[in-house]
Amino acid sequence: MAGAGGGGNDVQWCFSQVKGAIDDDVAEADIISTVEFNHSGELLATGDKGGRVVIFQQETENKSQPQCRSEYNVYSTFQSHEPEFDYLKSLEIEEKINKIRWLPQKNAAQFLLSTNDKTIKLWKISERDKRPEGYNLKEEDGRYRDATTITTLRVPVFRPMDLMVEASPRRVFANAHTYHINSISVNSDNETYLSADDLRINLWHQEITDRSFNIVDIKPANMEELTEVITAAEFHPHQCNTFVYSSSKGTIRLCDMRASALCDKHSKLFEEPEDPSNRSFFSEIISSISDVKFSHNGRYMMTRDYLSVKIWDLNMENRPVETYQVHEYLRSKLCSLYENDCIFDKFECCWNGNDSVVMTGSYNNFFRMLDRTQRRDVTLEASRESCKSRQVLKPRRVCAGGKRKKDEISVDSLDFNKKILHTAWHPQDNIIAVATTNNLYIFQEKVN
Amino acid sequence: MINTMECAVDAQSLISISLRKIHNSRTQRGGIKLHKNLLVSYVLRNARQVYMNEKYAEIYRMQQYEEVMTVCNEIQELNPLDLVEDCEEQTVDCCGSMNESPSLCGALLPVSHQASPVQHIQPTSACSVPIPLQSEEVCKSPDPSFYRSCCAEAYPVSNCDFSPVNSMHCNKTTVLDLDTHVVTTVESGYLHQDCCASLQQCCQDAQSPAKKRKLDFGYYVSEIEEVPDFTPCKRAKFEDSSYACTEPLDTSNISNLISIFGSGFTGLVSRQADLEQALNGQFCSKQALASLGAWTRAIVAF
Repeated sequence: MAGAGGGGNDVQWCFSQVKGAIDDDVAEADIISTVEFNHSGELLATGDKGGRVVIFQQETENKSQPQCRSEYNVYSTFQSHEPEFDYLKSLEIEEKINKIRWLPQKNAAQFLLSTNDKTIKLWKISERDKRPEGYNLKEEDGRYRDATTITTLRVPVFRPMDLMVEASPRRVFANAHTYHINSISVNSDNETYLSADDLRINLWHQEITDRSFNIVDIKPANMEELTEVITAAEFHPHQCNTFVYSSSKGTIRLCDMRASALCDKHSKLFEEPEDPSNRSFFSEIISSISDVKFSHNGRYMMTRDYLSVKIWDLNMENRPVETYQVHEYLRSKLCSLYENDCIFDKFECCWNGNDSVVMTGSYNNFFRMLDRTQRRDVTLEASRESCKSRQVLKPRRVCAGGKRKKDEISVDSLDFNKKILHTAWHPQDNIIAVATTNNLYIFQEKVN
Repeated sequence: MINTMECAVDAQSLISISLRKIHNSRTQRGGIKLHKNLLVSYVLRNARQVYMNEKYAEIYRMQQYEEVMTVCNEIQELNPLDLVEDCEEQTVDCCGSMNESPSLCGALLPVSHQASPVQHIQPTSACSVPIPLQSEEVCKSPDPSFYRSCCAEAYPVSNCDFSPVNSMHCNKTTVLDLDTHVVTTVESGYLHQDCCASLQQCCQDAQSPAKKRKLDFGYYVSEIEEVPDFTPCKRAKFEDSSYACTEPLDTSNISNLISIFGSGFTGLVSRQADLEQALNGQFCSKQALASLGAWTRAIVAF
């Protein structure tokens, strides 16, 4: 399964697995809110609205059966965050997991950061496949022995046991954010990470929980003068001094922490002038950036706004180098999308391993693959109907208007309750994880 | 599901939807979402701007229309003397068909209003259009400043002939039209709002002289054998016929009446002049064009 070249139209995507309940009746707590592969791609973590984290592990490939692709099976499940109540402000704090970010592996254990609106937690996920046996003072079931009955001594030994995966919270980073946390990003220095809320970005050390440094603060002196908020932030993949943050006004600011302690003043401002012919009541909403991601090579970054994906060269600030329309047919529907709140959906985007293809979600359980090298795009669907093993996904087409062709779906038939907000791409292989409302679909490249 | 017909966005409904969203956000779990509410406030602002602009445009159109129609109606009231019809029969060249009369007014009306029924003279000032918005709210709007200054204050009924003085200054003025060099005497009243002053003074000048003219006209109608019409073509005809129909006209009064309309609405200067040179040779198409220009100038200014 090696090689991630050309994930767009060269690759045929096949259904591999689907995780989650089959019922149409979706419990709110089961709604997936974040998806993230770890650095090797062996582990896949999901967070949901109920505050739980589920980690899947890729089974070791069976070399003797090349047709059998490795599957992801549940590795660990734990309750990361609980609902809380801020008594001072009389506010309930949702337990929904907003983001999960894996730390690079240093030893046998895995570490990840998970965050809700207010609190970030560092979790250690470790395996236990041996247990000590032969205690002198304890029975095997844990009961203490009567010391008077002990006549001999023995040395306890480790014996194999069924694999047990344990998740334990190692650090809790709390009380640093007044507003809702929308992003966390681990620095390439492997020591620090940032967390961003609507108005501020804080820098943490992974080991220190009782203090953090504020590095960006865009809160105006008078809140009535507020014009924009921070929507996403990320560290550069290689330069530990560089990070970017996107705003609700459609701008991206690149900051260099060497320039000053407080990075309110950006080093670069990426902004594309608005097309005045597209001006509408909702121009501000659809220009708000919902996600920003650096490419793996660190030369580009990708932003997602409501209708499009833009690729920016870090050396060119005045316009993106590439722009892809995700679902332009929705432009004429913005009023209805505003009424039903869909216009506020925050779609994420992701790069493939070699930065040649990007992927993002849409409605009706559609997701889009945008091939940068071949300048082609394809729309695929994550649905139960295409759930047969190794079934190749058929490209889908949306008919914006006029006569609907066969196999096309008209805009008015789209189900706006079925939205794909979160997607993830394996760091090396052509394996993708696509989250519908409460199901996680895993698709793989067709192997002939 | 999205509606099949994406109906025209109604600014007012967007405002109510946005306010409802803001209200609902207060009870949403997790607290008020700053980002979402900020975006909703932008929609609210955009919808409000469109709504205000539409209202202003409507008010402006109504204003313009009413002013023009007021004067046109007054012009029309000057016409109904038989001699005019005689003159009309003689020449048809100047403006083409008779259907164009009152072409002066027609030419100046906004296109959208040309099909509207002609309104009669409003008893109140043309500027006192009912304002649906609160004056404070109107004042807050950044533009157009014209409307803010006009609408933000209460409108006194501004015609000294029609209402008692209401913080208004009425006086008799003898004016010299710089375009036509005709001296006239007018009664004028003007409002204390500067921005509307010239427009409203037009209304005043138009209305009060109309009233005055009515009275004068009634007085003189038996004596006048031919009366100039205020449509360009009729004025031209008058020019042609002025030599043919030489009657002892009360030239001074007629020149007053004509010159009031012929004069520009701004830059009138008070000066006594010889009224006897009023009629003969004075009334030509140039005057019509001058008055036309004056109207156009007045309207274009706003």
